[in-house]
Amino acid sequence: MEDFLLAFLNWQIVQEAWPILWDGLKSTLALSAMVVPLGIAGGIILAVLSTLPSPWVRWPLRVWVDTFRALPPLVLLIFLFAGLPFAGVDIGAWGAVAVGFFLNTGAYYGEILRAGIESVPRGQIEAARSTGLTSGQTMRHVVLPQAVRNVLPDLISNTLEVVKLTSIASVVALPELLFQARQAQSVTYNATPIVAAAVVYFILLWPVVRLLSRLENRQLASRR
Amino acid sequence: MTGWERFTDSFFNARVMEQYLPKIIEGFGLTVILALLIIVAGLAAGLLLALLRAFAIRPLNWLIIFTVDLFRALPPLVIIVLLFFGLPSAGMELSGFASTWLALALVLMAFSEEIFWAGITSVPKGQWEAARSTGLGFVATLRDVVLPQALRLTIPPLTNRTIAITKGTALASVVAVQDILGAAHGAVSHSYNPSPLTMGAIAYLILFFPVVVLGRWIETRFAWKR
Amino acid sequence: MSPAPIVDARAIHKHFGHLHVLKGVDLQVAEKELVFLIGPSGSGKSTLLRCLNRLEDPSSGSVVVDGIDMLDKRTDINKARQRIGMVFQSFNLYPHMTALGNVALALRKVQGLGRAEAEAKGRAALDRVHLAEKAETYPLQLSGGQQQRVAIARAIALEPRVMLFDEPTSALDPELVGGVLAVMRELREDGMTMVVVSHEMGFAKAAADRVVFMSDGMIIETGAPAEIFANPREERTRAFISQIERH
Repeated sequence: MEDFLLAFLNWQIVQEAWPILWDGLKSTLALSAMVVPLGIAGGIILAVLSTLPSPWVRWPLRVWVDTFRALPPLVLLIFLFAGLPFAGVDIGAWGAVAVGFFLNTGAYYGEILRAGIESVPRGQIEAARSTGLTSGQTMRHVVLPQAVRNVLPDLISNTLEVVKLTSIASVVALPELLFQARQAQSVTYNATPIVAAAVVYFILLWPVVRLLSRLENRQLASRR
Repeated sequence: MTGWERFTDSFFNARVMEQYLPKIIEGFGLTVILALLIIVAGLAAGLLLALLRAFAIRPLNWLIIFTVDLFRALPPLVIIVLLFFGLPSAGMELSGFASTWLALALVLMAFSEEIFWAGITSVPKGQWEAARSTGLGFVATLRDVVLPQALRLTIPPLTNRTIAITKGTALASVVAVQDILGAAHGAVSHSYNPSPLTMGAIAYLILFFPVVVLGRWIETRFAWKR
Repeated sequence: MSPAPIVDARAIHKHFGHLHVLKGVDLQVAEKELVFLIGPSGSGKSTLLRCLNRLEDPSSGSVVVDGIDMLDKRTDINKARQRIGMVFQSFNLYPHMTALGNVALALRKVQGLGRAEAEAKGRAALDRVHLAEKAETYPLQLSGGQQQRVAIARAIALEPRVMLFDEPTSALDPELVGGVLAVMRELREDGMTMVVVSHEMGFAKAAADRVVFMSDGMIIETGAPAEIFANPREERTRAFISQIERH
């Protein structure tokens, strides 16, 4: 037990490693602040495009979305980071993460927002158009606000997943929380920094998980 | 070389592809096995926890809720790294394969417990009362009346969540498992050519594209129209 | 001298948190008697009914049904409940099973009958509510009235000694009420003991042996339907009845 505590919950090591972890936490937050808006922007583009009736838009769009939902995000990231330079395109770790998340999480946000848009009754659009709003204005002021409200739990849930997913940036040596914890581990020869990073993630995300489990329970119940 | 030739030589290099195809196929098999083991263990454990929770034993339920929250809040890669790089310093060792399996099975357990539980609680109280009034016991009511209704409701969210978590098998490459991504990434450094990554991406699409389409179909098929 | 009552509930109290819903209620029902419980909403009639088969646990008091002490910890409550059929306002049919499946479930799982025997009994019960031809139909494809008759079949298939009806027609469209009441009347003619919570005053006048008026968690007045409806003794009863009759 003593060995276990020394190896996993060593307070002295936590103190030593804290500056390194703190840098990592800041990067994780910065990363999240970058990729969440990127993903949402991608999602809005996809969702709005999906309202176009033409099959020439609809089907390619569906293939696009399903492709990026089928491809594990880490595969995409490594392709962008380690593959593209061979074609003379080197966008670096941050660039690879930005593009990868835009494509991957954009597809998920897109699906959620599309479901939200479809949940807004047709009468809403007709009413808005009857008052002279353009289709763009109708989308922006009437449809999207209601769509977002209808799928809010899914949006929050996806955002939680996106923030968790930023940990894969450690694989391309971007110094976020997990990467920094691994660095600290290799310096201290002790697993405590990784445990500490896990605790930081948990403290950061637990409130969101609690909120979600309430919202989801209500949502599933109302589907009956 | 023109730009196009350079592009195909990099990403669709026939010689490299041929050489590493067997490795990718091996990786494919490993990914499939890992995914199936995760699904079986994760869903079974999740259902078990949800059923235990139905008995409403206070301290046990707090423990279940905390466990579920924990594995919903932690990034899967953090759990994998913790198991693989952390446990050895406590004198325990798990292979990369076992670490990934355990981590993702725990994550799927957490998410599926939450979904199963939401399904169980969404069955109206009247169903319990009607069954109990005919003399059915708690367990029989849960098994024959409540669970069949709950499961139907949970199929769409469960399918999508299972697909999302199963895709996480690619994380195994981080802990040196020669799954599709592991094999492909390794081959890139050997051959100094990214074509194996192209193959890897195609392999993942072959594996998961049909599943994603299936998930979409299930979502419409099981939509609760009443 | 009258024989021992088949339902004998004494001094029933029920608290929900601060709410005192039943305040010492006594109810005896003789064999083959049809007792009608009436009263304003929130008067505790449904709660009383649900105390009889222990879907609610009374806070204090005693409930004996067909000689079985329902509140005794040693009583096998699941066995006891088979002697007490219950029909709910919202039917509560199992949506994932056919009408026959609904009726046969407890026969198989509680009484341990084989599938063939359970289904034969189930069909007989459906026949008694005139829905034999709907055996293979799922509840959502049935009308509300038909659903409620299946629910009655589900209860009578277990051959209960007593049937409890909790507002069986309140959720039905007016034109569907008649069919359910007709089935209830046939049950009564076959000698079933029944306790009915309902607002169907016409049915009460025609079929009830005794009407019990409850208000505010207490039994205010009890008597033959003719008596209660024509000249109630208590002011609260009179007010309630004149209000109901106006509708």
